[in-house]
Amino acid sequence: MNIQILGAFAAVALLAACSSSETPKTEPVAAPVKGIVPGSQEDLVANVGDRVFFDFDKSTVKGTGAKTAANMSTLDKQAAWLAQWKQNNVQIAGNADERGTSEYNIALGAKRANAARSYLVAKGVAATRISTISFGKDRPVALGSNDEAWSQNRNAITSVR
Amino acid sequence: MTDFLSAPIRRRGLVAASTSLLAAPALWTRPALAQAANAPGSAVIDVDRARTDPIPVAIPVFVGSGGDTDRLGRDIAGVITNNLARCGLFRAIDPAAFIGKTDNAPSPNFQNWKAIGAQALVTGKIDSQGGDKVRVEFRLWDVLPGLQIQGTAYTTTLSNWRRIAHIISDVIYERMLGEKGYFDTRVVYIAGSGPRDRRVKRLSIMDQDGENNRFLTDGGFLALTPRFHPTRDQIAFMSYVNDKPRVYLFDLGTGRQQMLGNFPGITLSPRFAPDGNSVIMAQTTNSGSDIYLVGLGGGARRLTDSGAIDVSPCFSPDGTQIVFNSDRGGDQQLYVMDASGGSTKRISFGRGRYATPVWSPRGDLIAFTRQSSDTFAIGIMRPDGSGERILSESFFCEGPTWAPNGRVLMFYRETAARDSRGNGFSSRLVSIDIAGFNERAIATPTDASDPAWSPLLQ
Repeated sequence: MNIQILGAFAAVALLAACSSSETPKTEPVAAPVKGIVPGSQEDLVANVGDRVFFDFDKSTVKGTGAKTAANMSTLDKQAAWLAQWKQNNVQIAGNADERGTSEYNIALGAKRANAARSYLVAKGVAATRISTISFGKDRPVALGSNDEAWSQNRNAITSVR
Repeated sequence: MTDFLSAPIRRRGLVAASTSLLAAPALWTRPALAQAANAPGSAVIDVDRARTDPIPVAIPVFVGSGGDTDRLGRDIAGVITNNLARCGLFRAIDPAAFIGKTDNAPSPNFQNWKAIGAQALVTGKIDSQGGDKVRVEFRLWDVLPGLQIQGTAYTTTLSNWRRIAHIISDVIYERMLGEKGYFDTRVVYIAGSGPRDRRVKRLSIMDQDGENNRFLTDGGFLALTPRFHPTRDQIAFMSYVNDKPRVYLFDLGTGRQQMLGNFPGITLSPRFAPDGNSVIMAQTTNSGSDIYLVGLGGGARRLTDSGAIDVSPCFSPDGTQIVFNSDRGGDQQLYVMDASGGSTKRISFGRGRYATPVWSPRGDLIAFTRQSSDTFAIGIMRPDGSGERILSESFFCEGPTWAPNGRVLMFYRETAARDSRGNGFSSRLVSIDIAGFNERAIATPTDASDPAWSPLLQ
């Protein structure tokens, strides 16, 4: 869901750039998806962003390319959301791609979860509100065996507990 | 569960000559010495060398005495044949080539066996002892000189016939090759099923040949990386029960599992110390993971504190050293330290990342996984890092485990998914000898990973 939304935003941005010299078209902006309760898990996924991504064999929020800015933006929004919804506790699950050995990947996933947690704590979220877990490579979100799938699977995913 | 785990077996010698041979201590020095002292000259082979000429062996069906014993005679001969052929060091002669009757006469007609090129002959007979008790008599013959090498009788229950076949296979292996066998063993592993994003992973156990498969956990939680206790029917493994990933001990007798130690972080990658009194494992920290020695009776001692990922520790069989995996130098490499955590030195220097080190039961080699840019490989090196040899390479393989005689490795191999739904992915157990020959898949009812070979059964 998150990825589809990002894709939709990108398409709008491209359209806007192409048509910049013409008369601006107006179109309705989609309202937040109906039925989503503010402060819920669905709200976190749809309107905040529940995950950050990591470089191969790395566990820092800082990454290559646009990753650093995207990760910081997502975690900043998570911190603000957690400041708004103080009754919510969260779990951050660290994950790894399949291009690594099982035991090392569990430790690597734990490091990724801890990196995301440390960022949120630095942004003022109480450490006691955030638990962490690592699934190593055992809970991939993308099921393929290619670079795109692997980049999706090197993540830390926040969820409401 | 207990019947296959600990069914009683009685062994005794048949004749004076074989009894004295049986009583000879198992020689465990250099192979050449052991062979010279322990096996007939014509049958000695070098198991260190790649085999291009496996020993031709004839294994006629064991002669039954009617009823269940006839079926047992066929089945036992079949399991022995399968064991010896699969190990790569024997060639079972097709029974269609056998000449004359195989009626287990007191002395075989060796001319008939010489004529078809048999170097060794295995004969046996089975008598009912009343109820479900049977007596299985087995003889191993050296065909060229026409001599009995071994004669043994076993009294057991009908349902225990597979163990008898494995024990006989081990006797043949040891008498012909001068080294302990590995057939009377089990493998604990992780059975995988379902889609990859909701994978069910169950603790499972089977005989080394893939038979007697049993699922030990119900799949309600992830189970990973099981390892056998050196002497007890106990397994250390990683369990995600209650969403709290920790190292647990699983009792094969009762089916109960119990968390080992009380750690705030995730605990993982357990292996028993050679004395069986403690487990060496890793605990995650904010910056990586540290290695701990945890007593089964309580108490824990931290052995590393590098600020990096230190994981997958394994003791040398004499208990004096520990090999482990660490990315303290930038990427994953293998390190050896002494048992108290001091004198750490890196031993892997080849191209790529190195992981999952496992010390051979003989102490002479360390098996590992090597990760290069596009492939994974299973290899061996000496404990000082010299003599690295890659045995098998593919898209993905990892996690070697040693047969108790240190001659064969088992590991698991995964195939790549060919589409975005994960179709084409598979995970299978594979065995290979340490010369890199005789690679074979082990049939399992589901996908399989994380194998760990048991010691020889008691």
